[in-house]
Amino acid sequence: MKMDATSSFLKERPVVAMFSDNRSTESSAELAIEARGLVKRFDGFTAVDGVDLAVPRGSIFGILGPNGAGKTTTLRMLLGIIDPDEGYRRVLGHERPTEIARRIGYLPEERGLYPSMKAYEAIAFLAALRGVPLKEGRKRGRELLEENGLGYAADRQIRQLSKGMAQQVQLLGTLVHQPELVVFDEPFSGLDALNQGKLERVIRDLAARGTTVIFSTHVIAHAERMCDSIAIIAGGKVPFAGPVDAARDRLRPQVRLETRDLDGPWRAVFPADARLEGKFWHFTLPETGVEPLLRALIEGDAGILSLSIERPGLHDAFVAIAGEAAARALEENAGEENAGQEEMR
Amino acid sequence: MLLPDAMTERLRAAWVIARRDFVAVVFSKSFIFFLLGPLFPLVIGFVAGSIGATVQRDLDRPVVGVALPAHEGDRLVMARDAMADKLGGLPEFVVLDRLRADERFDARAVLRNGRIAAVVGGSLAAPILTGTRERVGELRGPLSLLAARAQAGGAETYPPVKVDLLATSAARERDGRVLTAQAGQVLLFLLTMLLAGMVLSNLVEEKANKIIEVLAASIPMDALFLGKLFAMLGVSLAGIAVWGTGYGVLVLAGAKSMPVLAAPAVGWPLFLTLGFLYFAMAYLLLGSIFLAIGGMANTVREVQTLSMPATMMQLVVFFLASFALARPGSWIETVSTVFPVSSPYTMLAHAARDTALWPHLVALIWQGLCVVLMIRFGARLFRRTVMKSGPARGRKAKKAITAPA
Repeated sequence: MKMDATSSFLKERPVVAMFSDNRSTESSAELAIEARGLVKRFDGFTAVDGVDLAVPRGSIFGILGPNGAGKTTTLRMLLGIIDPDEGYRRVLGHERPTEIARRIGYLPEERGLYPSMKAYEAIAFLAALRGVPLKEGRKRGRELLEENGLGYAADRQIRQLSKGMAQQVQLLGTLVHQPELVVFDEPFSGLDALNQGKLERVIRDLAARGTTVIFSTHVIAHAERMCDSIAIIAGGKVPFAGPVDAARDRLRPQVRLETRDLDGPWRAVFPADARLEGKFWHFTLPETGVEPLLRALIEGDAGILSLSIERPGLHDAFVAIAGEAAARALEENAGEENAGQEEMR
Repeated sequence: MLLPDAMTERLRAAWVIARRDFVAVVFSKSFIFFLLGPLFPLVIGFVAGSIGATVQRDLDRPVVGVALPAHEGDRLVMARDAMADKLGGLPEFVVLDRLRADERFDARAVLRNGRIAAVVGGSLAAPILTGTRERVGELRGPLSLLAARAQAGGAETYPPVKVDLLATSAARERDGRVLTAQAGQVLLFLLTMLLAGMVLSNLVEEKANKIIEVLAASIPMDALFLGKLFAMLGVSLAGIAVWGTGYGVLVLAGAKSMPVLAAPAVGWPLFLTLGFLYFAMAYLLLGSIFLAIGGMANTVREVQTLSMPATMMQLVVFFLASFALARPGSWIETVSTVFPVSSPYTMLAHAARDTALWPHLVALIWQGLCVVLMIRFGARLFRRTVMKSGPARGRKAKKAITAPA
């Protein structure tokens, strides 16, 4: 219900456009993250170039882009790990994110725990960093491990755990202090299908409880499946930020038509991009809609054998928004990761 | 006085880091070896010194053979026993032969074979001492006294000698304090370098473990910086406590071969207190520099390369302070006192030689100020460099991911 409200809020006020207006205090209060014109340069290289973001509270927000696009740098700026060279950010209503670190959870892409720490102590340490007393953190650490079927490993050192188990321990440590905002940087990276499914459930559960979740990914399927809103980032810029549906709506639906005759006067209603592949016509649904098309086909006795109208996927939207090159880079990243996982297996 | 919330949060965060680092280092196996490291030479030195001293004592206990006519030899031995406590260090005398009037004794033959160090021949009235030059030189005087007493039948009385002991002379005291100052400087230098190196490798390890990003996202970077610095300060205290205790135990156990330094001018308690304060200042200054360097490095090799200038600087500073020690009142000493990194060394040496306390107060304030500035600068640099992202830098990579206009 909350997600619906969020979606409608964003539909009414497109995210990027929202910043051109005078923002009201009310809209700020509804946002977990606001960022405007974030710029970060490293030794003359502009890693992030004028990023605008608005993440509604309680939503699942994805930052989608190929490796090197500026996702991690953007997240680090939002978390206060690094400061932007230009621009403005407000996280949970605060301009200095490190001052409200207790309300935030962060799982970086490159996971890291002290190898000599015991699993429950690692969780307690991460909790202590976020302001939970050590004793309480230890108690919660044991409880969380028990609840997640890792109770038997509570007293094992991190170095004695498998990679997957260590990742789970770190995830529990990220959530141990019950943050209002959780930031995951490439959370699915390096996880097998089973653990990816588990993590998806965790993220959905968090959002269902009202926690805002923001994650970066280069896998379009994850963003499409889980996110209420996304930001597409490429070359340090954000050409699109808004609901997933709004991204898809950038493209017209695609028509796939099979007729008895391949040509006829009814073809006049086809748009200019219509192309024949085998027995099938492919083209973008004209802006006039499906009814004039159907009428022309029936009246022209085209002999419709099959007709499908498909809404474009996020991948098509990504290609349209970020360009072929960025999409290719994204696919290459995903391919490399899959190959890496195969190798690990 | 209540601290502002931000300050309290920073201190809390620094405490979390310091506690973790301290526990991790102190309870690691490598720390046991780190602690035991300096104790090994001490223990070995003590044991070797004791054994050596015993062996030396045994080897150096000479026996003087006596070959005098009739019972003259026995009288000489009695005289030796009677005078042993007064003369001190007298060798044992053993009667080898009681010679008849016409009998001769081959002292050289005895000395060639046995464990006899020298042989007394002739008579009590005209004793002949046979032995090496060293032994003869050593025994000639005492033998004369003993022969005289043996001849006289032990009638002489010796007046008791009162003593007026002087602990040390001014020159000896001055030399001793310079030695104490040097020892203090060396200890300070070694500890500082050791700990600064440890904090650096600790940081590099965290960067390698990828923990640093979690830390940087959770707490203010200066709290992380402070926590790491103070954790190692705590580690150093643990080390100093163990080493100090070990040294003290060995000294109390009567290890005569252990060097016992001359008391410093300000007295031991104050000298040790100042030593700790100056160590803290020197360590915090160097640790800040090393941590700032560590923020820029990603691998041990990078650390070695980047920290080389800082290590060299520390060596130069140490030599400057040592040089200044030999030139009190010179401009070199002034420079060494004012330059923040060398100031702790120079002032510790000052505490060993001079009783004035106000210069220490001024120096500590000055060094404290420099520490604050250095930590702030180091933390800022650390923050700027430690989480520098690694973007795709090549033209090809950039072209590939650039969004269309």
